[in-house]
Amino acid sequence: METSAHDILIIGGGGAGLRAAIEIAELNPKLSVAMVSKVYPMRSHTVSAEGGAAGVAGQDDSIDEHCYDTISGSDWLGDQDAIEFFCNEIPKELLRLEHWGCPWSREPDGRIAVRPFGGMKKMRTWFAADKTGFHMLHTLFQTSLKYESITRYDECFATRLLVEDGAVRGLVAIELRSGKVRAIQAKAVIICTGGCGRVFPFTTNANICTGDGMALAYQAGAPLKDMEMAQYHPTGLPFTGILITEAARAEGGWLLNKDGYRFLQDYDLGKPTPTPVFRSMELGPRDRVSQAIIGEFEKGRGFHGPYGDYVHLDLRHLGEHKIETRLPMVRELCLKYENLDPVKEPIRIRPVLHYMMGGVHTDINTATTLPGLFAAGEAACVSINGANRLGSNSLGEILVYGARSGRSALQYIEGANGRSNQSAILSQAADEERRLEQQFLRKTGGTERIAKLRDEMSHTMETGCGIYRERNSLVDSANKLSELHERYQNVAMDDHTRTFNTQLTSALELGFMLDVAETIVHSALNREESRGAHQRRDFPKRDDNKFLAHSMAYRSAEGPPQIEYLPVVITRWPPGERVYGR
Amino acid sequence: MADTIILEVERFHPERDTEPSYQSFEVPLRADWMVLDALNFIKDQLDGSLAFRWSCRMGICGSCGMTINGVPKLTCETLLMDFAPGPVRVGPLDHFPVVKDLVVEMDDFMAKLQKVRPWIVRKDDFKPQREFIQTPAQLEAFHQFSLCINCTLCYAACPVSGLDSNFIGPAAIALAHRYNLDSRDQGQEDRLDIISQHEGIWDCTVVGECSTVCPKGVDPSLAIQQYKLTATKEWFKSFLLPRGKN
Amino acid sequence: MPQYTTFQPKPYRPRMSAYWYLDQWHYLRYALRESSSFFVAYFCVITLIQIATLKAGPTHYAHFQALMRCPVIIILNALALAFILLHAVTWFLLVPRVALRQVLNRPTPDLIASTPNFMVWFGATLIVALFILGVF
Repeated sequence: METSAHDILIIGGGGAGLRAAIEIAELNPKLSVAMVSKVYPMRSHTVSAEGGAAGVAGQDDSIDEHCYDTISGSDWLGDQDAIEFFCNEIPKELLRLEHWGCPWSREPDGRIAVRPFGGMKKMRTWFAADKTGFHMLHTLFQTSLKYESITRYDECFATRLLVEDGAVRGLVAIELRSGKVRAIQAKAVIICTGGCGRVFPFTTNANICTGDGMALAYQAGAPLKDMEMAQYHPTGLPFTGILITEAARAEGGWLLNKDGYRFLQDYDLGKPTPTPVFRSMELGPRDRVSQAIIGEFEKGRGFHGPYGDYVHLDLRHLGEHKIETRLPMVRELCLKYENLDPVKEPIRIRPVLHYMMGGVHTDINTATTLPGLFAAGEAACVSINGANRLGSNSLGEILVYGARSGRSALQYIEGANGRSNQSAILSQAADEERRLEQQFLRKTGGTERIAKLRDEMSHTMETGCGIYRERNSLVDSANKLSELHERYQNVAMDDHTRTFNTQLTSALELGFMLDVAETIVHSALNREESRGAHQRRDFPKRDDNKFLAHSMAYRSAEGPPQIEYLPVVITRWPPGERVYGR
Repeated sequence: MADTIILEVERFHPERDTEPSYQSFEVPLRADWMVLDALNFIKDQLDGSLAFRWSCRMGICGSCGMTINGVPKLTCETLLMDFAPGPVRVGPLDHFPVVKDLVVEMDDFMAKLQKVRPWIVRKDDFKPQREFIQTPAQLEAFHQFSLCINCTLCYAACPVSGLDSNFIGPAAIALAHRYNLDSRDQGQEDRLDIISQHEGIWDCTVVGECSTVCPKGVDPSLAIQQYKLTATKEWFKSFLLPRGKN
Repeated sequence: MPQYTTFQPKPYRPRMSAYWYLDQWHYLRYALRESSSFFVAYFCVITLIQIATLKAGPTHYAHFQALMRCPVIIILNALALAFILLHAVTWFLLVPRVALRQVLNRPTPDLIASTPNFMVWFGATLIVALFILGVF
């Protein structure tokens, strides 16, 4: 086993992780920052974000309006202090990114351009064509290269947090290329590992989005918050699940059913107009639009395709020029993966699992309940997204709370006791190495194929815990998951070697996903109301008396997670009705 | 038409092999499958020990570059059907050391990326309160070079980078060029010292394959030739005005 | 940034074959283009010899012309002409791509960018041809 030590360790090299690393490196260049990522940072899933990042930019806009849109978008489950901090900080963060070279799209006079976005009352979404996440990630990564205090452990797969005397002190990771197990110690650890969309079968998420960080924190004893809040994006390509950005609708695209009818008008989302109107019709929030599409399917007004029902996203009236300049990637993706040109044909789309509002519970300082452990980005739940995230708020979140996690970790290590019990930590790491060998590397005779377990898990998540859930379906899923947990112990391993053993990482990821899936199902089962992305057929109304609170899933020694509740922080915006298009 | 196709996959395991060999797998041939889907089928159903990188499966993360029938491509956007009736040969990217099966070593490339100083350099002590003004035309000047996804297909296509591993290479030079052309940047001089070395632009003999294989329409060859022009102008300037840089 | 070095099993380092340019048509095309320079030099030498023999007097020049009529030389010259055409065409296609974009600072379609080159070339060829045919 190789050991190394740093001041602060960041797990995950996506937008939040890189932003945190840069923040620390700028504030105190003497501190050693380690970044452990299972892929090279520029491969992180931030790269796939398309539409943009919201931040108040215009004279006619205000921070309060951005707060209100986010809060009503969250169906009042977002913490209002965290949202206010977020809305205040984000314009500064986006500007900082501009100074670091992010190629934001521009107005003719050279100022930053903004576009409308779903659920937003004003134009405030900064964008870099429709490759915003790609440009943000590469800008952050390239900027991070200039700081000498950042040490990267690329292609290192974290398997366990090292916890000593209640405080997090580092982690154990497998270096993929050599297969070596490493114990990397640090005074503070920040989890920036992104989401867990791969728990579901039909998702926009990349192969790497397996909830590793959520599971690591959960296994170490930190609660996961609001895990039942899983966002379906209305517009995914039917076979691949590839995302067609919301910007396509913000630029004026229409959703049509098989009769060519703009059906959103039947779902209390306003009246159709030729050009987009804020917070109306196609610019409604994602939860409501996705639910409307399912409504059309149920009424038999969708198209039937080999990969399930679908409706049309029609961009033809926008014209080739607008599509080419504002939505080049949409066109590129349609041509490559659907063999159709959106200039000439409507795009086939159906709702697709896209984002986890839930994650590792943190306070407004990004601190988890475990001393020394922080979290930011999609992996965390601070929570600004509540029961439904607005499009273009997540790219902002990784910046604002990524930076804040860096500052918080820095403050923490200045105050914390630097001494640690080395032998206790190292023996924990040795235990973990032994577990990896016994459970996977030297394991023979297993009969359960990883892919089969994974398929069964994602299938039960979709059928039992999809856009609409109910008690029976959730109980079935919960039972299925505990069965899969059992069968996971008997997993079959073909590869017993060390070098770049991706079967080992797939097995570990499956373990993480099973844990995370269980928290999703049990949180959903316990929340007996419908709010935002969480729609219970047996409890179709929002219940502020009982559930104006965050679900907190704690790991229990045996059996399913324990669910507790934490009240939502309400400051200036008392719960009200979500009104769109009226 | 047959409903299966043979995939000949290059296998190499450093713990037992001294050189790679090919292994054949029969996989379903489906109309909307990419080569990556076929590899995942092998990994999931036939042989879990096959190693390859992939992530976004939508042509933007840059992980899944491999050599398909001799040509470097992203497997996630290469239709399997295009190679029917087969067989299809899938190997690791050329010109890189092979770690295992289809996984190549990226260290050298990562070091080269960092070497060209790919970040905004400001010589003045400018602390702006608002954005830099950059017109759409100024954005357009560097925009295509900012679209590189670091998939390294261009290195695999470039015979020069195969013959001389010190060559900084297409993607890294295009990235340097991207920052040089950015109206917000003042680091041209710093980068010129690195890029105008022999291992930089002057190693390039304009094969042009880097631009042909680029899945994102970046033109690294153009970047290098433009850079040669700039470097030549700078050389003449320093020759005529030998007062040093200022 | 400190380089993070690691223990690792030995990766396989592929070596390029000495005949790499035969591997692919693109590479072969490139190799042919590069080798066309040799024929440019060859024609230069021939032209110099031609001038020298012209200067040396009619008998020398007659010798030179007789040599040029030798089948081997004719084949060689035809080959050289083909390569020089390749050289000219590839050069005319490549240069404006870089030079013109440098000036205009925006992408220009290659065909449009190289058209003036070809027009000048054909113009010059026409003038030389007319001159040789005795029109002037």
